[in-house]
Amino acid sequence: MGLFNYILLLYEPQRRAGIIMLMDWQGQKFVEQIMQISLLVFAVIALVAGYVLGSFHLMMLVYAGGVTLTTLITVPNWPFFNRNPLNWLDPNEVEKHHKPQVAVSLKKKATQK
Amino acid sequence: MHSFGYRLNALLTFAVTILALMCAIASLSDNFNTPSPSAEIQITNINWFQKQPQGNDEVSLTMNISADLQSLFTWNTKQVFIFVAAEYETPKNSLNQVSLWDAIIPAKEHAKFWIHTSNKYRFVDQGNNLRGKEFNLTLHWHVMPKTGKMFADKIVMTGYSLPEEYR
Repeated sequence: MGLFNYILLLYEPQRRAGIIMLMDWQGQKFVEQIMQISLLVFAVIALVAGYVLGSFHLMMLVYAGGVTLTTLITVPNWPFFNRNPLNWLDPNEVEKHHKPQVAVSLKKKATQK
Repeated sequence: MHSFGYRLNALLTFAVTILALMCAIASLSDNFNTPSPSAEIQITNINWFQKQPQGNDEVSLTMNISADLQSLFTWNTKQVFIFVAAEYETPKNSLNQVSLWDAIIPAKEHAKFWIHTSNKYRFVDQGNNLRGKEFNLTLHWHVMPKTGKMFADKIVMTGYSLPEEYR
């Protein structure tokens, strides 16, 4: 349960800022590659180990371990997947540049159509 | 890959798909196994041989069944189901197969065995054709896998016959 809480903690700064910080694009591409290669490699290791040692059970255990390890590496939003963040406009800046105000009645008419 | 849920879904889906592939490969690996089973059945005694009220012949016999089926087991074998069938020909049927005994072998260690037993299931004919009948005893086996294809084969042992008269 401690690990789960730690993963939640990763999202704490974002939760405080009131935004969701997702992985950046480089991170996403990287994570997809790691995920696919890691699962395939563990599958091959599991197959070979099971066949050579004559144990189907061993193959299942090795593969299950591999899936768990891959999940821990690729699924949570670890910091090193966010090395090239896109810089969105800071919330303080938003106040200085007001969005153009559209008349409320006009908007209502447009949406009712 | 933009969110926790998305990545978890992608990972689990891919992992299960690969698991299916691994099971297929495991099943294919069974084809590399060349089994060399052996078996022998002796009929030690014909306990009784009667015509039932309905008019069908029935015989009870005791057998010694010995076999070495260890080479059938692979890493992908769950269990081996075996049964002994009496096979013979009658005017009505070109082939009669009557199952006399069966067993489940759960592991390789139990696959080399010797058993002295009477027939587990009744040896009843469709009619009264069994007097003096010559028959084969066939040991069939089904190698049931953990995943994938089941292999079945048999050993036919000839030269058995029933008495000429009821006992």
